[in-house]
Amino acid sequence: MSTTDAAEESSSSASTLRRGGRRFGDSLFSVLSIGSGLLIFLTLAAVAIFLTNESVPALLASEELAGFLSNAEPDFSLISYTAPYIFGTILAAALALAMAIPVSLGIALFISHYAPRRMAAGLGYMIDLLAAVPSVVYGLWGGIWLVPKLEPLYTLLNETLGTFPTWPGFVPWVGGEPVVALFAGDPTAPMNNLASASIVLAVMVLPIITAVSREVFLQTPRLQEEAALALGATRFEVVKTVVLPFGRSGVVAASMLGLGRALGETMAVLMILAPGATFSFHILEVGRHQSIAANIASRQAEASGVDMSLLIFTGLVLFVLTFIINAIARWIVARSGVKS
Amino acid sequence: MSTTTSPESTAQAVRPTDERRLPILHLIAMGAVALVLAAVILAVLGTLSVAGVLILGYVLHLVLAYVYSRIREGRRWAADRVMSLAVIGAFAIAMFPLLSLLWEVVIRGGARVVAASPTPFAFWTSDMSGIIGGADAGGVLHATIGTLLITLWASIISIPVGLFTAIFLVEYADTGWRRTLGKGVTFLIDVMTGIPSIVAGLFGLALFLTFMPADDQSMRMGIMGSVALSLLMIPTVVRSSEEMLRLVPMDLREAAYALGVPKWLTIVRVVLRTAIAGLTTGVTLAIARVIGETAPLLLTVGMVTGINWNMFDGRMATLPTFINQQYRSGSATCLNEQVTNPINGEVYACSVSTNIDRAWAAALTLIIIVMVLNVVARLISHYFSPKTGR
Repeated sequence: MSTTDAAEESSSSASTLRRGGRRFGDSLFSVLSIGSGLLIFLTLAAVAIFLTNESVPALLASEELAGFLSNAEPDFSLISYTAPYIFGTILAAALALAMAIPVSLGIALFISHYAPRRMAAGLGYMIDLLAAVPSVVYGLWGGIWLVPKLEPLYTLLNETLGTFPTWPGFVPWVGGEPVVALFAGDPTAPMNNLASASIVLAVMVLPIITAVSREVFLQTPRLQEEAALALGATRFEVVKTVVLPFGRSGVVAASMLGLGRALGETMAVLMILAPGATFSFHILEVGRHQSIAANIASRQAEASGVDMSLLIFTGLVLFVLTFIINAIARWIVARSGVKS
Repeated sequence: MSTTTSPESTAQAVRPTDERRLPILHLIAMGAVALVLAAVILAVLGTLSVAGVLILGYVLHLVLAYVYSRIREGRRWAADRVMSLAVIGAFAIAMFPLLSLLWEVVIRGGARVVAASPTPFAFWTSDMSGIIGGADAGGVLHATIGTLLITLWASIISIPVGLFTAIFLVEYADTGWRRTLGKGVTFLIDVMTGIPSIVAGLFGLALFLTFMPADDQSMRMGIMGSVALSLLMIPTVVRSSEEMLRLVPMDLREAAYALGVPKWLTIVRVVLRTAIAGLTTGVTLAIARVIGETAPLLLTVGMVTGINWNMFDGRMATLPTFINQQYRSGSATCLNEQVTNPINGEVYACSVSTNIDRAWAAALTLIIIVMVLNVVARLISHYFSPKTGR
């Protein structure tokens, strides 16, 4: 800026008024633009500062959290309060990803390599529509329509797979109950359990994972694909030997982005899950789990003072968690040189 | 990908062991066989349903197609067949929730919207004041106004900031410290994209509560929601705008500079004007995105039963939080046949399912708004984008 200013000042011109207007417009624009850039810095700093600031009371008062959230438990602490919700958040997100990733990859492959070229854009738009539906509508649909429909499936899973040990051990450092199987336990009638919430979460993260993977698959070098075909490979073999290896890091990044979304999603969990705070792996049991976000949403109305601080602290934990996940995802994307 | 469709005549000519591709007729027949088989199995088991037949039929088709193709075409082609079927199945799985959700919302919500209680479409012209118990009345006018107001203010905050940030990233962050700042901003925009919506709500809450007196901590108002939403909206606006501005050819800028046009005028008259269709599309999609956000509004604007036009005073109702609230209310209890509105004395019929019905109808309203925004965005990008950019 300074050099152009100096140059303009040194060259004395007759139309000083016009020149002044021009200079004013230019500096106004650059100030506004750079100001907006700085504002982004300030905003994020403000998010971190205000969240930390508001959670300080909970951090300081961890000895004597007298609020209603402590529930008069003897050994109540920040960690004992937050840990079950972290567990619930991660378990729900992990289950959702386990369901969403294979389906998303299938869709991405379908749109990029299987569907007729003319239809591909329209089909992609259909998937994008999934992302356009507001989360609260997913919650409503999941809570009222889907959950009763899933009941027979859950009963079946519980009766057959529920008796086999599919998940080893338990969580020793927090003293959770021993886990025999993912589908074990005693599921009861309104199936507002973690499995239902995860299914809806999976539907919600599906379009995100699909969108990024599709972009990656479309960038597969055309010549490599054609070379494989020329060697007599079937379409599946082209996908297996060329497309998937090329898109591997992109798929990982897409999954991480989906994970970030699943961790932070509130409404689907809030509206479907009957809350509880245990370290149970019994995903079919009702009233066992809760996620951080849904816990904040359901408790905030009645919370004030130290309780509010406590909730804001859990929000801060969630923020840090998603930040780390997203940072890893971006790093992978940047390293693989794929445009998301 | 069209290379794999070899003419059927050559497949007929070669010996059976060399036969590579089964005619499409065989696949269709196999699909039909699988469906019939599934129907028979389910009928024998006594649990015949359309969904059951489709699901079991699909699984049977996978198995049948593999076995049949394995015998006729060999291992590699069999794997290829199964993979194709699996990929199509994945797409169908994704379409199922979308179609089912839209269907349920349109049917259940539409029924409530057009229901004559008290008059058809009164759902869109009335609010919830005085609606108690199972009164089969009430509407979302207050919530719609709240949603539109809060989103409008979020847009007023986000669009200038987002647009100027994008201009900064594209036009100013080229050399020296500005380049460094630009890299930082890009990184932070990425971070902001990943902020969970509930955290944005907590931020809006914490920001205002910090400046509130200690005895007024339950204060909620519309502008808190707008600030929270703009935290989610700014990164979307920046990303889409940045992408659009980068598409503007450098030649245009250089031509303007060569004519002695100042930089800011070049940006306004050349860059922004060229990219205006893309920018509008991006902004519209960003609005469509945040208009359905629920969690931040739960925390920041609360819920009321009447219309509140004032963004800076008192709680506001919004469509997403209204849906959540009605859903949470669950079934109403009907002690009498009729319920009287204590405010205007009107008498309504009592319905047990009234809360849930209202939730579906509000969901329909919200979906209509979101879909209209999406369609508008598509139309803008279709009709107004420069011809060279497509």
